[in-house]
Amino acid sequence: MASPAPTIGAGSSRLRRMGLATGTGTLVAWVVALLAFGIVWQTAELYASWAQEYPKTWMVPAARWVSAFMKWLVNEASFGLFTFTDLTRFLAALVDTPYTAARSLLSSGLLSGRGSSATQVLPPLSWIAVVGVVSLLGLYAGGVKLALLAGGCFLLLAVFGQWDSAMVTLASILVAVPIGVMGGLLIGIAAYRWPRFEEAITPLLDLMQTIPVFAYLVPILVLFGFGPTAAVIATLIYAMPPMVRITTLSLRGVAQEIIDLGRMIGCTRRQMTWRVLVPSARESLMVGVNQVIMLSLNMVIIASMIGAGGLGFDVLAALRRLQIGAGLEAGLAIVALAVALDRLSQGFARKLSQRSPASEQRGLVARHPFTLAALVLILATGLVGLAVPAVQAYPPALEISTGTFWEEGVKWININFFDTLEALKNAVLLNMLVPFKRFLGELPWLGVVGLLAFLGWRLGGWRLAMLAGVLSALIAATGQWEKAMITVYLCGVSAVAAALIGIPIGIAAAERDRLWRWVQVVSDTLQTLPSFVYLMPAVMLFRVGDFTAMIAVVAYSLVPAVRYTALGLQKVDAGLIEAGRAMGCTRWQLLTKIKLKLALPEILLGINQTIMFALSMLVITALVGTRDLGQEVYIALTKADTGRGIVAGLAVAFIAIIADRLISAGAMRAKRRMGLV
Amino acid sequence: MSLPQPKLICRNVWKLFGSGAQEFMASHPAPTLEELSAAGLVGAVRDVNLDVRAGEIFVIMGLSGSGKSTLVRCLSRLIEPTSGEILFNGENLLAASEARMIEIRRHQMGMVFQNFALLPHMTVVANVAFPLEVQGIDRTSREARARQMIELVGLSGKEDFFPRQLSGGQQQRVGIARSLAVEPELWFLDEPFSALDPLIRREMQDEFIRLQSVLKKTIVFITHDFDEAIRLADRIAIMKDGAVVQSGTPDELVLSPATDYVAEFTRNVSKAKVVKVASLMKPAGAGLNGIAINAKATVAEAAPLFAEGNDVLRVQDDAGKTAGALYRSDVVDMMMRG
Ligand SMILES: Nc1ncnc2c1ncn2[C@@H]1O[C@H](COP(=O)(O)OP(=O)(O)OP(=O)(O)O)[C@@H](O)[C@H]1O
Ligand SMILES: [Mg+2]
Repeated sequence: MASPAPTIGAGSSRLRRMGLATGTGTLVAWVVALLAFGIVWQTAELYASWAQEYPKTWMVPAARWVSAFMKWLVNEASFGLFTFTDLTRFLAALVDTPYTAARSLLSSGLLSGRGSSATQVLPPLSWIAVVGVVSLLGLYAGGVKLALLAGGCFLLLAVFGQWDSAMVTLASILVAVPIGVMGGLLIGIAAYRWPRFEEAITPLLDLMQTIPVFAYLVPILVLFGFGPTAAVIATLIYAMPPMVRITTLSLRGVAQEIIDLGRMIGCTRRQMTWRVLVPSARESLMVGVNQVIMLSLNMVIIASMIGAGGLGFDVLAALRRLQIGAGLEAGLAIVALAVALDRLSQGFARKLSQRSPASEQRGLVARHPFTLAALVLILATGLVGLAVPAVQAYPPALEISTGTFWEEGVKWININFFDTLEALKNAVLLNMLVPFKRFLGELPWLGVVGLLAFLGWRLGGWRLAMLAGVLSALIAATGQWEKAMITVYLCGVSAVAAALIGIPIGIAAAERDRLWRWVQVVSDTLQTLPSFVYLMPAVMLFRVGDFTAMIAVVAYSLVPAVRYTALGLQKVDAGLIEAGRAMGCTRWQLLTKIKLKLALPEILLGINQTIMFALSMLVITALVGTRDLGQEVYIALTKADTGRGIVAGLAVAFIAIIADRLISAGAMRAKRRMGLV
Repeated sequence: MSLPQPKLICRNVWKLFGSGAQEFMASHPAPTLEELSAAGLVGAVRDVNLDVRAGEIFVIMGLSGSGKSTLVRCLSRLIEPTSGEILFNGENLLAASEARMIEIRRHQMGMVFQNFALLPHMTVVANVAFPLEVQGIDRTSREARARQMIELVGLSGKEDFFPRQLSGGQQQRVGIARSLAVEPELWFLDEPFSALDPLIRREMQDEFIRLQSVLKKTIVFITHDFDEAIRLADRIAIMKDGAVVQSGTPDELVLSPATDYVAEFTRNVSKAKVVKVASLMKPAGAGLNGIAINAKATVAEAAPLFAEGNDVLRVQDDAGKTAGALYRSDVVDMMMRG
């Protein structure tokens, strides 16, 4: 060979890229770590049971501390001028006033007097008025098609007898969304302006997004009492963080030139924010608004556990009584509401970004045709409604119920396919789920903590090692280890299944435009569906249990795996693909040797998202009787046991954080190895 | 003849990017490029001295990354220089308070941006009126003023369009109109035509020359295009790696480039089209008669006059007084050199 050196160099660098030759050092480290783990595992059972199962005497009574702290907060805490209870009362009033107004308008009518002795002074908006106004909004924001869609969705609510509950739900959404958007915007702007503030809130936001909603339902219940106010506040906590993030991100995305312009023409700070930055970023800000709406709807069911009422309550009640039909109907009503609100908000976003030349000074009627039409409609139906009840409230005689239909359908499936379904379920349970669950359950906690720390060290240095080690040790120390392992098992199995299904779909879709468009439509739709909707069909077919939970989780967490894979593949530099083709790669080689390798970081992030989705879904699957941390939180909620709820909730958050940081570090390393960063 | 007062003076201005720039500058008053890179700093602007005189077009020319944008942002104090002094009408800008800077920028400075920096949610009129809106001027008067400016840049009829409905050239006209709306004394243009294709660029340059002949502003114009610099400039400063390598009139640069770097730019320029008669003339002996040529004409314009067999032309100033003599041999010599 004429020039051996470069050949070896090129070969080994390629090997390194492929992650095969990770170096002898790494190899040795891994062998040692795994050996140590094995030794701990094998010997712990006989000689050191404290390493196998966390000893009861070492437990940290975190739950008790949290409960005591809450008690102190409610009874004694004071900020000098006002007490903590004053603060919560103030917040409650802030939410309560608009909520009462919205509810009067949409559902209860204007009442005089309190409680059951209240009499209606004015009726709520008639159903015709609401459907009409929604259609008008659709017409304004997106033309006839959107008007038909939005109006149609609302009409369905009336026809299927879900009107009253739907309006209660809508009222809480109408309150939560503006507060969430405004609050998120203000916090986001503050974070953009003051980096210190951003540093302070980022970990909080991380925590808020990874911690399951259940965990803070309990303290909210204790602080604000059972009722719609508490539900709206829980919704806000859940829906606001993305708005904060999107706000800072989109403000940061404003072109430097635009900022220079603002300074050059002598804007004050306030003018800069409200006249230059926010309007320039408004398109991406609208994405945040849409997110807040969707997340608020996602919370509907969970919020009903602390008194939201409305559709969520209907679903929950039906689910508890296993009335598939009724639950499905109310569930579909939430979907209809979600679709209508989602499309409307997207319509408004588009409208904002492509306004046509302003129609200057014309008459009042010409300038505000939609507002006027809506007012006329409201007044007219209101007046007519006083005389004709059918105009005011949709006549019950015309309602259609599909409940029995669904129930018959399920019965039919169960009669005809019971054996097949049962066989499938048992096969998966016996061959996959149960063995894996048992395997995880038998692992010594000390070994797992050590292995996680080692992984953290390999992927991201000693800080990541500390994080992974300490957080997992905390899970053990607070007595959550066993339930955490069940959580990991359910989530892990589901995430693997979702990845195995999702990644091939993503690969297929990335190369075929038609298929990609379809996949986008489907995944957009799936993402509009509130997460519990996935639970319904699974329960119908497989009743309660781990398998049902797994199906629901897989269905819910599939979308990110598909999306990130396809996007990652599509982002691969076209020049590289061309180069590969010029070298004579076959399609398969192109895919495996170039595209998948370069898209690996993105795919890893997709898997990361899949895991996050799966974790957030686990809490909902607690409704079908899993025995994981989600269930723990659910029990704490029914008992209003703050400490227990928060500790279990934090354990889920810890699992999420460990998974997130490890995978992100892995993706980062992969990127660096390929010279992408 | 006394030169006009400098409107903007820039003395020993440095801008270093990177952490610890301030401390580094304090300990190294005049760092070399090597010292900077050893300290992990980027010397975007290094020891720049400039005088911009009232009413002139001062062009700053340099390749991408040479520090032009950073320098012009230092001049308007959008970027805080690491050290140095900037005097605007004799006032030290770097000592001005935030409020004073807002005041100066609102009334005395205007800026045109490479990528237009139009606000997408506003119509053309609203964009042009925006600087006035920020000052709190009422709607009718600011829109009247905006309409005047729109007419000035030749965009009448497009007042109610949104930026995305306009072509690049039209968008930059909006940017120009906006920067003129406040009647600035000092007008910064940062590569205003670089994002436009060559034909439109040419057209916009002509438009710019026309505007300046009406407005007579003091202008700092940034470009990376030497031809553009030659066409527009009264004086040019050429930048390389953050430092000014030569500054002077187009004639001076073309006739005596200070470094190879500058010579490289001027090589492909037709000198005759740049150099003014005044730069090539010799002192006139008494009693010189014959065909006259204005001292401000280019050599290329003078050349055809030699065709009638003259060996020497009488050079006169604007008032018609004899200023010198232009010899055929000098002209031929220069044309031969390219
Ligand atoms: N915010 C910044 N942080 C660090 N370095 C910077 C920053 N802004 C500019 N630089 C560096 O300063 C140098 C000069 O940049 P500048 O933008 O002034 O160049 P320019 O001459 O305007 O180039 P162009 O023609 O591409 O606009 C470049 O090396 C650039 O990388
Ligand atoms: Mg620049």
